[in-house]
Amino acid sequence: MTLSVAIAHGFPGFALDVVFDAPRGVTALFGRSGSGKTTVVNAVAGLLMPDRGQITAGGAVLFDRAAGVALPPHRRRLGYVFQDARLFPHLTVRQNLTYGRWFAPKGGVSLEAVVEMLGIGALLERYPVALSGGEKQRVAIGRALLSNPRLLLMDEPLAALDEARKAEILPWLERLRDGTDIPILYVSHAMAEVARLATTLVVMEGGRIRAAGPVAEVLADPGLAPVLGLREAGSILPARVAAHDADGLTRLETAAGSVWLPQVAAAVGSVVRIRIAAQDVILSRARPEGLSALNVLPATVAAVRMGDGPGALVRLSVGGDPLLVRITRRSAVALDLRDGVEVFAIVKSVSVAQADIGVM
Amino acid sequence: MTDWLSPTEWQAVALSLRVAFWATVISLPLGIWVAWLLARKEFPGKQVLNGLVHLPLILPPVVTGYLLLLTFGRRGYVGQYLDQWFGIVLAFRWTGAVLAAAVMAFPLMVRAIRLAFEAVDPKLEQAAGTLGASPVWVFATVTLPLILPGVLAGAVLAFAKAMGEFGATITFVSNIPGETQTLPSAIYAFLQVPGGDGQAFRLVIVSIAVAMGALIASEWIGRRVARRIGGLG
Repeated sequence: MTLSVAIAHGFPGFALDVVFDAPRGVTALFGRSGSGKTTVVNAVAGLLMPDRGQITAGGAVLFDRAAGVALPPHRRRLGYVFQDARLFPHLTVRQNLTYGRWFAPKGGVSLEAVVEMLGIGALLERYPVALSGGEKQRVAIGRALLSNPRLLLMDEPLAALDEARKAEILPWLERLRDGTDIPILYVSHAMAEVARLATTLVVMEGGRIRAAGPVAEVLADPGLAPVLGLREAGSILPARVAAHDADGLTRLETAAGSVWLPQVAAAVGSVVRIRIAAQDVILSRARPEGLSALNVLPATVAAVRMGDGPGALVRLSVGGDPLLVRITRRSAVALDLRDGVEVFAIVKSVSVAQADIGVM
Repeated sequence: MTDWLSPTEWQAVALSLRVAFWATVISLPLGIWVAWLLARKEFPGKQVLNGLVHLPLILPPVVTGYLLLLTFGRRGYVGQYLDQWFGIVLAFRWTGAVLAAAVMAFPLMVRAIRLAFEAVDPKLEQAAGTLGASPVWVFATVTLPLILPGVLAGAVLAFAKAMGEFGATITFVSNIPGETQTLPSAIYAFLQVPGGDGQAFRLVIVSIAVAMGALIASEWIGRRVARRIGGLG
């Protein structure tokens, strides 16, 4: 099932005009506040009526201005997970979870499966007032799932939580992404979440779509880094967990060779995605000797983009996978970096934090 | 209790309970609807409706009673048609006492329920909508349970007010023993007769007992509901 959005809407002083598809997996809608993300989600949910365009989910037409179709929110069958969990205070967790079942067509996931997937079995008979913020959000996700939705809408579901709670929920969201066929439209302005969760990335700026595509491709685009935020810029590299060494390092196999990172919380054999910040990578024309950094990957320069300031962004191909590197313009010139040049990318093991590693 | 109260006194107590009960029950659905309109809707004439609802609270009760007589009396603007078409007569009947008590208690009921509506987060109702609940279902399964403490408070307040209503009742339906002589009317009547203090005092005790009982019951129910929904009542 795919969500297709093609809408235009005018506000005083702001115009929205977007066309994109959200296939199976997590489609992250990323952009600064004021870029129009929430307007898009509200239009999909039926809380806002766009001036033009149409919205379809699978075969179902949710909105078609020309044909005069505009389903009310309660007939769109979208599971909406809000920033604030919005659990019903007068119902137990179990009653909250099954609320949407009264109205949904039969089928979809079972209560048992959702409870198991989100680890909320011990909470079922409690009232929301007795739950922590993270627990509430997990119940809210389960409640949305159990309404047998055509797709899930998540509007900054982690924004109201502290870092510890975010870290607690992210693995559940990964399980959700990998455990269902329902497309998830995930609105966020936090790059770390997007890099971990998204399969497709849609970057919005000023009411328009600046870029859209598979997350690894979009993140490694040097031209987009200024939009995504230079400090946040970075790419994701897929890798397989090969071994947990006795000294606390984990060996991972990437397409271009081995990488050692501090204790990765994943079983040997599992595939993970590592987010590597562009500013944490060093480039060298020759294979470095006598270096403390453990990770040296042979790579080819795929694109160089000189910034307006002292910086430059380089997109590498590391065994076929894209890697984004941020260096100074001076270095880019000194190393004579051009398309096709062979280099070595050096990444310090400790520069990759636990939160930067997600399930693929 | 029947030994302790004379038949006339007992009649007044029973009639008052009956009048207050029906006044509360009949006005409750309308009260919820009007409170919802005032809390949630914007429409032309909202201030007029608000004023009309609250008028009985500010007007002298005797004025409200007289207006009821003008409107619902046998020759009243509405009353004559009620009589001709349906054979319903309200003036000088216990049903008229119900109407008078309901009108007088209505502002208190609406106020309590309106506050409860305003305390409900519309975001919860929106969430229920995205889960597939139509507006009617949202109201029945989310809004109504959340305003329940307010509805109970409003109902008890209205009941107590209806029990004690005097001015509008005596003006509209007079003070006929067995038909329209409610508790306050009976107390008033006994006080007009030499040596009636004793009877009046017994009825005063009954009034206090009923009022206290209603208040304690509403507190108890309210607290139970509030505990269930985590102090959000």
